[in-house]
Amino acid sequence: MNLSIDVSRTDDIHYVKLSGEIDVYTAPKLKETILPLTEEEGVSVRVDLEKINYMDSTGLGVFISGLKSAKEHQSELILMNLHERVYRLFDITGLKEVFKIENTVRGGN
Amino acid sequence: MQEPFDFIEIKIPAKPEYVGIVRLSISGIANRLGFSFEEIEDLKIAVSEAITNTVQHAYQGVEDGEVTIGFGLYHDRLEIMVADRGGSFDLSEIKQEIGPYRPEESIEGLREGGFGLFLIEELMDKLEINNDYGVIVIMTKHLHKNGVESNDDEISTTQ
Repeated sequence: MNLSIDVSRTDDIHYVKLSGEIDVYTAPKLKETILPLTEEEGVSVRVDLEKINYMDSTGLGVFISGLKSAKEHQSELILMNLHERVYRLFDITGLKEVFKIENTVRGGN
Repeated sequence: MQEPFDFIEIKIPAKPEYVGIVRLSISGIANRLGFSFEEIEDLKIAVSEAITNTVQHAYQGVEDGEVTIGFGLYHDRLEIMVADRGGSFDLSEIKQEIGPYRPEESIEGLREGGFGLFLIEELMDKLEINNDYGVIVIMTKHLHKNGVESNDDEISTTQ
């Protein structure tokens, strides 16, 4: 399995649509995509995880570095449309407290 | 008398691109044993975390490392062993990094790694780490048929 990443921009909003799996193999590519987007002051980076059917701690690591970068550069990182399975990782690690998460989706993959 | 079990072993190069293959294997094995969809998802994450640790920590700079994954299929549980003979990581250092995020921690201080072993502990019933010869992670998940057995640290999905 792989991860496909589709980036588009409308005004100050970057949309990052993800599809596939986030693991130790695909996480570096995701990090390389998301980090530069967060480095522009005032932008909003909205990551859509609806089509993510697998994610583990390597994905959490990528989003943590994205969040740090956003804070440093006065941009924002928003995670959208998380499946319950993916949201659960943010829940049990306590990370749901620090991320902006919009919409969780019922059901699995 | 020794408890009967079946054993399956997979050996992969210690490279990130092969972790997904083990996930496919464990889906099949766990399904064979009768684990639920949710439990299979937990197992996929746990085994991936263990292999990810090995790939990231044990073989830094070494090109030809291998990871051995053993599955012990018992009538009431699945035992998974992830072993490498390549190197070893500092267990005490890693243990210090295990744990959930706490509200008093600043975002700047958030660690980007280190949730792996914590997730294994949360998603499996038992986690043991042997650091004597390389690193061996052994984790166990019990079958809960009809929800009769249950553990204190598990959240019941049946109301």
